[in-house]
Parts: sequence; structure tokens; C-alpha cells
Amino acid sequence: MLNLQYFASVREQLGRESEQLDLPADVITVADLAAWLAERGAPWALLTDAQQVLVAVDQEVVDRERTLTGQEEVAFFPPMTGG
Amino acid sequence: MSAQEIFDVRVQTADFDVAHEYQGIIADAGNPGAVVMFSGLVRDVAPGSGADGQASAAAGQSLTLEHYPGMTEKALRAIVEQARARWPLQAVRVVHRVGKLLPHDQIVLVLTASAHREAAFAAAEFIMDYLKTSAPFWKKQRFGEQSEWVASRQSDYQRAARWENTPADE
Repeated sequence: MLNLQYFASVREQLGRESEQLDLPADVITVADLAAWLAERGAPWALLTDAQQVLVAVDQEVVDRERTLTGQEEVAFFPPMTGG
Repeated sequence: MSAQEIFDVRVQTADFDVAHEYQGIIADAGNPGAVVMFSGLVRDVAPGSGADGQASAAAGQSLTLEHYPGMTEKALRAIVEQARARWPLQAVRVVHRVGKLLPHDQIVLVLTASAHREAAFAAAEFIMDYLKTSAPFWKKQRFGEQSEWVASRQSDYQRAARWENTPADE
């Protein structure tokens, strides 16, 4: 199972903070995952915007070419604004 | 005392006491020649606000900090490790608050201890620059009934990026 987490403005726009999913076989990369979730329709399409939404796999920021096994914790969130 | 405690990162809702943390890092470091402290505060951005915070309180101004538990601590430790690889540091403390904060509240504290000031100054700035862009915190600004997420700033990314072109000190 993939453990999905959403934070900050992404969480608010999606109206969801987490979910667990089985990955379809044709979802290989983080980009594939975002495109697959975007098929749910608005507001999910926002996940495909790599400028506005960052992705962490197992709590490390990755690029969208990163491949997934389907057992990871994947988080979507906006650029960070701490400090 | 373990290395974990000497290079210490904490995420908490509670306020922190800079005098207590200052004494603590001196004890951790053992024999520092220099301690640098950075503290970040919630600015009062309500029109006509004074230091007493009355205007902002009347305007219902607050800042709420959200974070990604688990990843936040990992990211902060990774930043401290990078600083240790660049400069001869004896001890580091990073404390970052989350939850609801009001104007003039303390948000973040970075303390660095070294034998000499150059390393302590540079490491404190390095840690803050990377914390801004790579530790998963998000700020939401509220004015009364209105609220909005704070946008990330390009200048913060530029500040962090300039370290990539700076060779490590050691």
C-alpha cells in the first residue's frame, strides 16, 4: 500500500490529509502518480504542477522521475515557508 | 552526553527561553570561543501596529505554522549535518515552533558554538538559509476572518543556492 499525505494549501484544496492506495501497474514514477490522481478531476489536477507542488518520498524531497514500488510514504505539499 | 544532544533539533508548540538555550549550548560545547544566536520573530504587519501589539490584536492577526512530523526533524538534522561537514562546530541547537503564534512571538532559534567566530557566524546563517527552503514548515497568516498561506520567496532560494558555490571551510 502507498501511504499518501497532503500538507498545507494542498491539503486544504484537496480536502484530504491522507489516504492509502494500491498502485496500478502502469504507475511507475511520481509523475505517473500525480497524473493518475489528477484523473479524479478538479482540484486533483493541481498535483501535476511541479512548480507549485513538491513531492517527498519516504520523507525526502524527490524529483518527479523518481520511481515508486507502491510501498512508500508519498507526500504532496507547497514550497516550504518556515523560519 | 551523546552527539545527538550536542547537535540538537526540536520542533515544539511551547515557547523557548533564549537565556536557557544559551547556557545549554555553552555546557554542550564544553569550551566554546564563540556562540552565535539567531532568533526569528513573528512580525506585526497590521497597519498602524505598535510594539504593544494592540492594533494587531484588534485586527485578529495571527500566524499558524504547520509541519510534516517526522520529515521535519530529519530535514533539520540533515541541515545541521551539512553545517558540521563545512565548519568545525562544537554544538548546535535548532528550535522551531509550530501551531498558532501571535505578533512578536518567537518562531525559531538557531545557536551555533565553535572555537572561533567565523565558523559560528557562517554556520548559523547557513542553517537558517537551508531551513527556510528545505524544512517542511508552512505558515498561514490570519487577519480576523481572512487567512492565506504565505507564499515562498525567490530570495530565500537564492540565499540557499549561493552556499552551493561556496567551498566548504575545511
